[in-house]
Amino acid sequence: MYDFALVFSVLHTHCEAPMALTREQIASIAVLARLDLTSSEIPVYQHSLSSILDFVGTLDAIDTASVVPMAHPLPGLSQRLRPDVVTETDRHEEYQQNAAQVAAGLYLVPKVIE
Amino acid sequence: MSDLHHNTLTQLAAGLRARRFSSVELVRAYIERIDGYQGALNAFISVTREQALRDAEAADRALAAGTAGALAGVPIAHKDIFCTQGVRTTCGSRMLDNFVSPYDATVVAKLRAAGAVMLGKTNMDEFAMGSSNETSYYGVVRNPWDPALVPGGSSGGSAAAVAARLVPGATATDTGGSIRQPAALCGITGFKPTYGRVSRYGMIAFASSLDQAGTLTASAADAALMLREMAGFDPNDSTSVERPVPDYVAALEQPLAGLKVGLLKEFFDKGLDPQNEARVREALRVYQGLGAQLSEVSLPHLPLSVPVYYVVAPAECSSNLARFDGVRFGHRCENPKDLGDLYRRSRGEGFGAEVKRRIMTGTYVLSAGYYDAYYLKAQRVRQLINADFIRAFEQVDVLIGPTTPTPAFALGAKTADPITMYLNDIYTIGANLAGLPAVSVPCGFVNDLPVGLQIVGPHFSEARVLAVAHAFQRATDWHTRTPPLVEAGR
Repeated sequence: MYDFALVFSVLHTHCEAPMALTREQIASIAVLARLDLTSSEIPVYQHSLSSILDFVGTLDAIDTASVVPMAHPLPGLSQRLRPDVVTETDRHEEYQQNAAQVAAGLYLVPKVIE
Repeated sequence: MSDLHHNTLTQLAAGLRARRFSSVELVRAYIERIDGYQGALNAFISVTREQALRDAEAADRALAAGTAGALAGVPIAHKDIFCTQGVRTTCGSRMLDNFVSPYDATVVAKLRAAGAVMLGKTNMDEFAMGSSNETSYYGVVRNPWDPALVPGGSSGGSAAAVAARLVPGATATDTGGSIRQPAALCGITGFKPTYGRVSRYGMIAFASSLDQAGTLTASAADAALMLREMAGFDPNDSTSVERPVPDYVAALEQPLAGLKVGLLKEFFDKGLDPQNEARVREALRVYQGLGAQLSEVSLPHLPLSVPVYYVVAPAECSSNLARFDGVRFGHRCENPKDLGDLYRRSRGEGFGAEVKRRIMTGTYVLSAGYYDAYYLKAQRVRQLINADFIRAFEQVDVLIGPTTPTPAFALGAKTADPITMYLNDIYTIGANLAGLPAVSVPCGFVNDLPVGLQIVGPHFSEARVLAVAHAFQRATDWHTRTPPLVEAGR
């Protein structure tokens, strides 16, 4: 029904004329993702994200109207709960050794409210 | 130079128990090899010499006292994705260049409890995102069979280290083929268990519904020995499965007569290098000779694995990697002007190009207006792929096919186009999407480069899959071949 050749051929067709994301779209994705991009990075991601989205667009051809989305590879497994008891000890000093800036047991960041 | 490194992990464990050599001797011999090949292969990010020697001394005392665990004194390496208490854990990223884990991953703790001695942390693609080990902040890893070629990825350091016999076994992780693909390209055995079989606690998350820890070793028997210690329920992993762990080593010797082997029809396509295909078909004849019944099985949706994966994995990655904010751990930019600037620049500087690409892809497919079209659509097609596997396993015991379309490729050959790189995992991703156990074993050579045979089984059939791989390794000697540099002592 579907074969790798189909995936490859769709890929090649699309790579010639990829659905183009605009510079503005890339910039707004970067804002959502909290990533600072240089101006030279934007066209690189514009091109590669457009081809990736085209590539995954091959899925549009598949009829999935009656298919339940699969969120987890082991169906039927329910979320495990545990008794509500304290099991962790306070190790914040140890954990904060990996932080760039701490004071009085608190993580420091630039001032948020003037 | 000692020749202890010609032993398998199983032989070393037995030799230590019989006191034919000490763990200290063994650790010294392997560290000498690691140091000798680091310049040529770059397989390690950190080498933990002092700790390894202390642990080896303790293992020798336990062996003398008769209190030793199953892997007492056996040297191993951990992929640098596993948190190791007091030891730098980088995940191959500048983001975690200065991160010293305050705790051990469950896999690390379990292997230590069994007596295994960690020699160091192996190189890997940044945050396990890559198929060639070229995205590591710590430089490319080279393939021991030919240093101009990639070792595969993302567990390229673990694979190269085991192939060059710098360590007899290493841990690794597999999200889309990151154990099996480098195993195939480096000529060793790479095993990915069922999703949930081995704890993900302390294994830095990439795509949580796909990530699974496993092994890179010289043989399936070695994989069974390591897996027996690594597997099992862990309350610290919410998707860890509560099921008893079988004795994988005891289950290795199963006769294959009557075993129903399915040839994955879709894998024998024109994307498959004809010489790779020839090696795989020769391997199938070996199975026939062992009494297995071969039939062709079609999984019609399987070719859609790669596009499904490149929605699901980036989506989960963009969510998991949100934790790297420059505040609590990891890289922090200089002189942030406000909190937003701190987040954006710390992440922009800390992550490499491929990681950023996947975070942005994931952010896009999860964003308002696109979630249904991309993410839900992919999860629906994933269900169809899973259903194909379920139907196939009603007919056959295991599915067999190639691990990769080609042998190892040149460094730099596929870095220009991400999708060309992604298509390396075309035969391995299906097992991740469906959460199935799968192994790659060496099955011959093309132009002096190793080729991998992939065996996939139903959920929790680890013992069967390893036994099927082991039977092949009893009948052939491909897994005993080592790269010329190991023989030459170079």
